[in-house]
Parts: sequence; C-alpha cells; structure tokens
Amino acid sequence: MNVRNNKISLLRSKGFRTYAVVLVYIVLMGIFMITAPRAFLDYKIYMAFLSTIPFSLVMALGLTFVIIAGEIDLSFTAVMAFSGFIFTYIFIHTGSTILAFIASLTAGLVAGFINGIIIAKVKVPSIIATLGTQFFWAGLAVVISSGRSLIINEIRPSFMYKIFVGRIGGIVPAQAAWAFGLAIILSFILNKHRFGESAMFIGDNRDTARMMGVNVDRALIQIFMLSGVLAAFASVLLACEMVTWWATQGPGFLLITIAAVFIGGTSIYGGEGTIFGTVVGAFIVGSITAGIVASGVGGFWTQLVVGLVLLSAVFINTFVSKRGR
Amino acid sequence: MMNNSKNLVEMKNIHKCFGKVVALKGVDFQVGNNEIVGLIGDNGAGKSTLIKILSGVYPPTRGEIYIRGEKISNRRYSVRKAHELDIETVYQEKALGEKQSLWRNIFIGRQISNFFGFINIKKEKEETDKIMKELIGFRGAGVSADSLVGKLSGGERQGIAIGRAMYFNANLIILDEPTAALSAKEVSKVLNFIRKIKESRRSCIYITHHIADTYSVSDRFVFIDRGEIIGEYKKSEISLEEITEKLLMVSAGNSGKEIDS
Repeated sequence: MNVRNNKISLLRSKGFRTYAVVLVYIVLMGIFMITAPRAFLDYKIYMAFLSTIPFSLVMALGLTFVIIAGEIDLSFTAVMAFSGFIFTYIFIHTGSTILAFIASLTAGLVAGFINGIIIAKVKVPSIIATLGTQFFWAGLAVVISSGRSLIINEIRPSFMYKIFVGRIGGIVPAQAAWAFGLAIILSFILNKHRFGESAMFIGDNRDTARMMGVNVDRALIQIFMLSGVLAAFASVLLACEMVTWWATQGPGFLLITIAAVFIGGTSIYGGEGTIFGTVVGAFIVGSITAGIVASGVGGFWTQLVVGLVLLSAVFINTFVSKRGR
Repeated sequence: MMNNSKNLVEMKNIHKCFGKVVALKGVDFQVGNNEIVGLIGDNGAGKSTLIKILSGVYPPTRGEIYIRGEKISNRRYSVRKAHELDIETVYQEKALGEKQSLWRNIFIGRQISNFFGFINIKKEKEETDKIMKELIGFRGAGVSADSLVGKLSGGERQGIAIGRAMYFNANLIILDEPTAALSAKEVSKVLNFIRKIKESRRSCIYITHHIADTYSVSDRFVFIDRGEIIGEYKKSEISLEEITEKLLMVSAGNSGKEIDS
C-alpha cells in the first residue's frame, strides 16, 4: 500500500511530469534523427525551429496562466491578427516602429481587458466569451483590411527589425531569445509573484481563493490582459519575420498553441502547470510538422501525429492525477 | 486596539438574497469584546451566509455593519479589509487550495512580498515551519511546509486553517464548523484554542452542530433559523439540555414535523 502510494506521488510530482515531457521531446528527436538523418543531424533545422516556434510559444506562455486559472482563451489568435494589423497599418502610415509597436500592444491589452470583463464581471464562461471575441477580432481585422495583405519591406533596415527578428551572430533568430527571455520572466512570475499564486489558487478552487482574500475578478482580468498583450507581441514578431501581415494568419496557430500548453503538463482542471513544460510542449508540437515532412511520410500525417501526442499527454496527466486522489 | 464601544461587532437588520432565494431576513447580531458566541442553527439556516458577510466574502443585500463602533461601507468591504480589521475566519471545508503547498496556503492573500509583489518564499516557509511546530504541534510525521494540502488528512487541514488564524493574531476569530472532520482528541485541541482566545481577551464566533462543545466554551448562544434570529441566551440563562431541546425543535420544524410540548 505504502509502496503504491509512493509510486503515485512520484508520478504526480511536478518534477516527474516535467521530466516526462523532456523525455518525450528527446525520443521524438531521436526518431526523426533516424528517419530523416539528413535534416535532423544538421543544425539548420534547429535554427528553423528557433525561427518559427517562438510565435506560438509566446502566445502559449500567456495561455498557460489562463489555463492554470481554470479558464480558456480561444480569442488570442484573433487578437494576434487584429493587433498585427494595427502594427503594420500604423507602421505603413507613420513609418514609426515604436508607435506601431505601442499601438499594437495596447490593442492586445484592450482585447484582453474586454475578455476579462466579460468573464469576471458578466460571468460568461470563458469558452463562450472568447469564442465570441475570437470571431469579433478576426472579423474586424478582415473588415478593416478588406481582406488584403499588407507588406512592410521598409521595416527591414529598422532597429526594431534587427532586435526582434535579426540573427544573433548571424545564425540564431532573435525572436527565440525574446521568447526564452519572456519564458524565464513569466516562470518567475508564476512561481514567485503574487500574481502567479493568485492564478494557481483561482484555478484550484475559486471560492477558496476568494475566501482567502484573493481579488479573483481583478486577477482574472489581468490574466486575460496578459494573454492579450502576449498575442500582440507575437503578432509584431510575426509581422517582422514575414515582413507581411495577412488577415487569416490566426487560425493556423490556435490549436497548436493550445496543444503545446496541455502537452507541457498544465492541468486541464486548472491549479497547476509550469512554464518550462509549455516551452517544451511548444517545441514538441513545432517539431512534429518538420519532422514528418522531412521523414518523407507526407504532410497529411502532421495533424494526426499532433493529435496522438496531445491525447497521450492529456491521458497520462488525467490518469496520474485521478489515481492520486 | 480596543476602543470604548460596547460591542466589537454590531450587525443591524442584515438581509441577503441570492437571486430569488432569501438567505437572511433582517438579522441583528452582535459580538462583544472578549466574548465567545455560539451560533446555533440547522443546515441551511443562514449561519454560513451571516459569517461570510461578516468576513467580507459577500456584501449584504441590505443592512449595516459596525466594527468597533465604526460603520463599514458594504460596497468596499472585502476579505482583505476584514483581515485588516483583525477578523479571521476558519471555514468548515475546502478552505484550502488542494493542489498547492502548505506555505502558499498559509500566506495566500497576505504574502510576505517585496514592493514589486515578489514573494519571499524562504521567509514564508520558515514562518510556516514555525506555525506547524509552535502553534499546531505538527512534528515530523512526513508533513512539511512543502507538502501539498491534497495529501493531508481532514484533521491536519483544519489544523492548518486554525494555525493560520492564530498566526495572524486576529481580534475576532470565526470558526465555522471547525470540528466536523476531527477526531475526539483533535476536537479537544480546538476547544483549548477557543479557551485561549478567551484568556487572551479576544473574541470568537463558534459555529458547530456539537452542542456540548459549544456549551462548554461559549458565553452566549444565538439561535438562527430560516434566515432569522429566533433566540439569544446568556450561558447563565439556559442549560445544555434546554439548548439541545431547542435545536431539536428547530430541526423538527424544518423537516415539517410537529413537536408535542
């Protein structure tokens, strides 16, 4: 009995889950190195990952807080599309990267604030509220852009272009440094700041959090604002990297970002999760596509494999936490 | 700081509605300085609603609250405000974050943090160890500041909640069914804790179904039924048997039976 309990508590521990997700990534890379040695034994593919994964990773960081608080955000990719439009549009019309950047982040904060108000004050369940705002922001982006793409080649010589998406030492994409930097800061905030502690208690048991003096409504609004501002930041990185904004950029990021958070071990019941897990989760999801294509299996398999990895991750987490109760 | 006003807490004509459900209908309730009040009533009578209003969890729909003679703004009152006014509540159940560590549970809402809101984890853990050893009496037994609450027994959880109330040194401690999940030995610890509250010249509201426990420690008894106060007695005015009889009558009334007198 005791041995069994010890086994379960080992499986339930945060350390083990984090370890498991790293193991999954290593095994996955190992498989790809065997099935597609030419691509996966060359450093260039890893630089490609560092160039493409940061967009969904930055959004996954905010989403981790949302899911830890027991909520969901389906609107962040639409917020990304909208605030990316604001960024490119203002840059084209003023030529100021700073102004465009500030306006874009403000749009993200406002969108997050609106989500927060609808969820915390009007008490609409977040899955419905953010489904609604997803349509709204994505729709607004399409309407005001008339569905046309915006190209910002003029941004290439700017300082902002260099610090956001330049290549460090001519090789490493700068957006990876931003994503990792944010991950480290947000990991501190999750574990050592009152804000992160509030998110964990709210996700654990909202009534308890309230009875213990957590300002639940305010914390929820702030959590959705964090998700919104990170979506806006991702949109700026994406616009700089692609030198283009297009209206339908959101949907492709939605499911892989959500999958990254769950594969990273954040509890679907809320109350617990790690930023480190989300980082590894984003790399797992982001590597699968490249790995499958490079292995010659064909791109059609990508979604199926992501689905299987996600289901296994959620299955293992749910199984492990149910057994522990 | 004590002042000269007669009562520590004075709640006047408190109404509380949840949608169409009326939980409290004009309740007047007082707690004196250095007084232990036993709040007695059946399940659903309104005890928990009353103390949640006093603890700042919900605002009353109508009515006035005075603490140490000062009127409280119903709109601005909150759990944090109650803590600032030295009111501490131990709830009957689920008052701890199950997936969180003990030290986070002790300090949530009142973290030891710096100007930027970063928590001093080392200090919080040290204080938690102190609370466990000195206030609750946990020794060894595999429970540490890092233990997750979900792994503790009902008694241990209640101990943590009470330890927290003791640590923050509140002037009024509200105990909502604190002994529901406890063994006889643990119950006697809680009763000793209430006696300590009395000795240290503080006040307490004690809610329980165990009438004998309440009787041994309380100075005054307040009966609440279906959202109304139906009687108040000083200990000198009522015997344990009379209290029991009264409570039985109330519960019988609630289940729709008539009692022959």
